[in-house]
Order: sequence, then structure tokens, then C-alpha cells
Amino acid sequence: MPITIALPNVLARLADGHRTVEGSGGTLGDVVADVTARYPSLRPRLVDEGGNPYPFVTYYLNDEDIRFAGGFGAAVNDGDEVIVVPAVAGG
Amino acid sequence: MTTITTARPALSRVASAALVGRPGADTGRSDPGHSPAAPAATGADPLPLLCRRCGSRYDPAPIAICEECLGPLDPFYDRHRALPSRTTIEARPASLWRYREWLPFDGSPAHSLDTGCTPLVEAPALARAIGVARAWVKNDSVSHPTLSFKDRVVAAAINAASAFGLGTFGCASTGNLANAVAAHAARAGLPAWIFIPHDLELGKVVGTLVYGAHVVRVRGTYDDVNRLCAQVADRFGWGIANVNLRSYYGEGSKTVAFEIAEQLGWRLPAAVIAPMAGGSLVTKLRKGFAEFHLAGLVDGELPRLYGAQATGCQPIARLVESRGDRLIPEIPQTIARSIAIGNPADGLTAAAALRETGGWAAAVSDEALVRGIRILAESTGIFTETAGGATVAAALALAKSGHLRPDDEVVLCITGNGLKTVEAVTAALGEAPIIAPRLREVEPLVAALAGQQDPEPLVAASH
Ligand SMILES: [Zn+2]
Repeated sequence: MPITIALPNVLARLADGHRTVEGSGGTLGDVVADVTARYPSLRPRLVDEGGNPYPFVTYYLNDEDIRFAGGFGAAVNDGDEVIVVPAVAGG
Repeated sequence: MTTITTARPALSRVASAALVGRPGADTGRSDPGHSPAAPAATGADPLPLLCRRCGSRYDPAPIAICEECLGPLDPFYDRHRALPSRTTIEARPASLWRYREWLPFDGSPAHSLDTGCTPLVEAPALARAIGVARAWVKNDSVSHPTLSFKDRVVAAAINAASAFGLGTFGCASTGNLANAVAAHAARAGLPAWIFIPHDLELGKVVGTLVYGAHVVRVRGTYDDVNRLCAQVADRFGWGIANVNLRSYYGEGSKTVAFEIAEQLGWRLPAAVIAPMAGGSLVTKLRKGFAEFHLAGLVDGELPRLYGAQATGCQPIARLVESRGDRLIPEIPQTIARSIAIGNPADGLTAAAALRETGGWAAAVSDEALVRGIRILAESTGIFTETAGGATVAAALALAKSGHLRPDDEVVLCITGNGLKTVEAVTAALGEAPIIAPRLREVEPLVAALAGQQDPEPLVAASH
């Protein structure tokens, strides 16, 4: 079972309109690399130039902000759910 | 301008559009994806939007982030628009719309015309307690209609929601915004969906439900609620005040700065201190003071801006101290629920606003902020909530550390009302005696106090 990534509408249009995409790998970074290999125009909105999470999105792995879980280095398992939301919201 | 008066009647949308026109409206990108969900219902036309990061322009729409870079969008004001004089502003009704040229609409707003213009109260005993020359309280604890500064931002957001024809209004909230969204939606006749952490103070929950709003209590922190709301806005196409209407919403906070400047007699204080949750308020205070300065309505040095947080949730204060460029989120642990945001959206800009104006941040313990609530009440006669207690306690700390100076004139932004968070102070206040209705039971109470001196008064007596 792959890992699913839920995208906001603003990014779904860069993934052929898919609100959810699937990828595989041992870490979140691997999964993102897998997904962005298939949807290259997503890459600059998910990964910054240094290979880190793009600062204007926030990633949640099974509801936890990945900055509490090791960032792209966080280990993932089959069936995990990743949610990406734009960082600028709320307050 | 310390009292709230009857609102002026709104011009019809057609008439206002004809009178004012729409400068800049034709400069936005034309893209069907950015179009409002339905034709404008009533009132004012929201301004076009501009990406703060990459400069991309968008037609007016319920969007808050740039499609190109995901950066924040700001309303785009025509630099050549006519601006009012001091006299013109002073002659307008006492509401935040007296500053309408700096609010993100063309034409006349249809809703919430009576919000704003809260008192600016001089507080000499508080100034002595802090150790500064003069102090004022910008008292948004009596904001109309829901007793917090969130009425200002929601006054802007509800007009945007209405203009875009959005059928449902909502928010993610730590409480004050929930109250404001529910009340302003009720007045505008819009249904409201409001998402809050499950364990908020009772006053904030009741003060939302009473307006007939759909209130959803989410198991988790505010940051969990906020993430959910970002998804809700995406999925249902609702007008979420602090998500997809955020570009318009945030501008309402500038009116705190405008009112301070006008109420001081068209001048600027040396320093302003405000609580920080998402970081938007200090960011918009900076923008507001700068806009009045640019317009020639005030001159002199721009105020140094200071921000208050609780030690149990201080991501922005840590950023100020570290001078870093990446915010490190926190899991909040404080009784100051209204400022318990561990992943503040405007954290970076807020930290920059404090540092670049020559200000600073302070984080205070829960115990210190409860003491801050009592100090403000005993010195000034104003009962504020936990965020206000943190603001007072931070002012004391910043004076002790030399950031606030003895010759400073300081304004404290007191953004919410203490009756909403009575849980926070109840234990610190002690019991009131209960007696039979007999004079002889009063006498010993009075006698017991005679000759007693408070060993540690919260506020020094005036001399
Ligand atoms: Zn942009």
C-alpha cells in the first residue's frame, strides 16, 4: 500500500488536477521525490533549492507537523497519510 | 471618538461604484480560476491582490495565497487614490470605516459599520508601575460588538465575503475570532461554521454558540484546527475569514494604529506593545503607522513595536532573539489560549516588524500574566483576558530589561475582555465573604481590615 499525499487545490492543478497523489519510499523525502518525479511542476512548490520542505507549505504526517518528526527524514510506512497545506493561514 | 454611535446608512453598491470608481481593478490578472464564486451581493468592491513575494497580481477574489509561489497576497491600493485630511477623517462617523481609504475596498461597505473607535485610556498608575513617562491603554476589550480586536478584522472579512457572494462564513479560532465571526455573520444574515479547539474557555464557546453559529470543537490544538480549516476552505468554497479571506481580513488590524495616532492628537507614541498569536497584529500595526506617516497625517519617528507571548508558546519571541529566518513551531502549553498558536502564519514578518522598528519581544509565565491582568484592573479599571495580562506583564519585563525607557510614551494594546477568561484569574482572587443581611456582620469585616497594610501591593499608591 503506498503513501498518500493530499494536496491543496492550488497544488492539485500542478498534478493533473489530482487532489490526492500516491508515492512510495522509506522516508517522507523519498515519497516526495517519487511524486515530484511524476509531476515535475510540483517540485518547486514542495521542495526548496536546498532539498528541504518548501517554506510556504506545511507538511503533516498522520496529522503531525513534520517539523516535530524529523522533516523530510521522517520514516513513513505503507498506508500513512500526508497532508500538505499552504503555510500562510490562520491567526 | 470614544463612543460608538449609530452607523451611517450605506450607499447602494451601484451608487458607490459610480462615485468612487475602481482604481487598479483593471490591472489584475484575468483568470477564470480567480473569479468570485458569485456576483457581488451588496456593498463595496474588494481590491485586487498582489503577491508580497513574487509580485504576481490577481483580480479581487477569495484567495489569500499566490498560485505561483504560495506567498501571501496583499490588497493592492492605488498609490494615486485621493486621501482624506485630518479634518475630513475627524468629521466622519466614529467607526473604523473613517479610515476607509486604507481599507481594502472601493465603495461603501454594507456590513459592520459600527465597529472600531475604541477608547484610548491614559493610565498614569500603570505608567508608574511599568516605569515609563506615560502609558495609554488602547482598550479593545470594549470593542463592538464582541469585546475583542477581532471585530476589526471580521468587519473587513464579512464585507469581502458578502461582496464575493459567498454563502457561508467561517473561521479557525482560539476564541475571540469565533465570537466575532459568529456575531458579524448573524448581523449580515450569513450562516457561520466555526472551528475551535475542543477545550476552550466556556465564555468563548457560549459567546459563539449564542449567535446561532455552527460550532465544531476539534480534538487538538489551534494549529490542528487551523490545518483542518485550510482544507475546509479548499473543499467547500466557503469564506473562511482567516484562510481564503485573509488578505482582506488582516487589513482591519491597521485601524488600531490609525486610531492610536488620531486619539493621541495626530502624533505617534514612542513604543507600542501588543500580544502575538499568529503575528498579524504587530505586522499590521507597523503597516498602519507607516501608511499614516506616508500620507503626512503624522510625522516623527515610527513607534518601536514590542510583542508579548507566553513562555509556554513563544515561537515568535524565540525568533526575535535568535534572529533566525526559519520559524520553529511549538506545541502550546499556556493558559493564554487566545495567543496559543505554535505555528504562527505571520511569525517571520512579525519578528521582522519588531526588530526593524527597534523593538523586541518578551515571553511571560502564566503566573506573571495573571498578575498582569490584576495589575491592569487595579491600576486602570480595565479587566482584560489572558492575552492582555501577557501584554502588561511583558511591558513590565521589557522595562526591567531596559527595552522600554523611563522617558518613553507607551501604548499597550489590550485586545480582549477578561469576562471571557474568568477561569484564568478566579483562583488568584480569593473568596468573597458571605454574610447574613445584618450590619453586625459587616462590622467585623471592616474592623479586620482596619490598620492592615497590603504587604505587597500590585500597584503602588500615587503620591
Ligand atoms: Zn507569488
